[in-house]
Amino acid sequence: MKNTKQNVILLVIVVCLVVFPLVFIKGGEFGGSDDQGTAQIKKNDPSYRVWAHPLWTPPSGEIETLIFTLQGSFGTGVIAYIIGFARGKKKNSKEE
Amino acid sequence: MLLALGFTFVPTVVHAMHIMEGMLPPLWCVFWYAVSLPFFMYGLYRLKKISENSNSKNTKLMFALCGAFVFVLSSLKLPSVTGSSSHPTGVGLGTVMFGPGVLVIMGVIVLLFQALLLAHGGLTTLGANAFSMTIVGPIIGFLVLILCKKMNVNKKVAIFLCAFFADLSTYVTTAFQLAVVFPDPNKGILGAAVKFMGIYAVTQVPLALAEGFLTVIVYNLIVSNGLWKEGSTILNEEY
Repeated sequence: MKNTKQNVILLVIVVCLVVFPLVFIKGGEFGGSDDQGTAQIKKNDPSYRVWAHPLWTPPSGEIETLIFTLQGSFGTGVIAYIIGFARGKKKNSKEE
Repeated sequence: MLLALGFTFVPTVVHAMHIMEGMLPPLWCVFWYAVSLPFFMYGLYRLKKISENSNSKNTKLMFALCGAFVFVLSSLKLPSVTGSSSHPTGVGLGTVMFGPGVLVIMGVIVLLFQALLLAHGGLTTLGANAFSMTIVGPIIGFLVLILCKKMNVNKKVAIFLCAFFADLSTYVTTAFQLAVVFPDPNKGILGAAVKFMGIYAVTQVPLALAEGFLTVIVYNLIVSNGLWKEGSTILNEEY
């Protein structure tokens, strides 16, 4: 199978995997995993005291989203640049 | 029975990819730092060795790409069928191209970023988080790759399975790390582990699937644009 065709099919599968729970899971809050992990620990050992705290916490959910987005776009930028560059180079060398 | 147990606890979804700051007793933090440190040193050594002895000219570019892939995937908080969200790890791609070892360096950078700027994970728990995500994950992925090669599994399928199991094993490891420290009041360590794992099996599987597919997509893009020769994955390299 051609790589491009394979990629399109795989991408569709990924989108389905992500969208499925949003559409079909009723009552899901889709909260973050870390907080729930903390809650479970408290359940298993109610006497445990958190002894260290993050040096800095994003002041609001909005800022947190911003930084998450920055993280994602930074990575995407690098990947897109490298692949885009290679693609252009390949095309160029073919034309010569 | 195991599955039934898992489903029983689904409403209280727990899948702590990161162990939060301060959620491990100091001694355990030190323990996981100590366990992870040799792997980190080995990672530095591998990174140096691969970039020196490489006959493929794009090695450094590919380091950047694999690191960026970890960056992207660990920022994607995907919804899962259990009604909560979690994110993939992205270590599979680097494992396919460079083997375990170098992923420790890339992973620790990402974990530091998230601990310092996002308050996700933490500095005290960095050792433990690095162990599950950047050490166990890639090693399991690597073993899967070797197994696939021995069994002559199709290469794309092998890459998919590598990423899938690297992701899943990370969460399983975290479950055990937490279960050892915080045993179930009635059922002990194993009870807690079973509880965490029963949940993981349900929660993380679709996300690990997604990560596997994404890894194959990026791998395809790399290969079809001539950035990396099909033959030169880690399995063709002499160890």
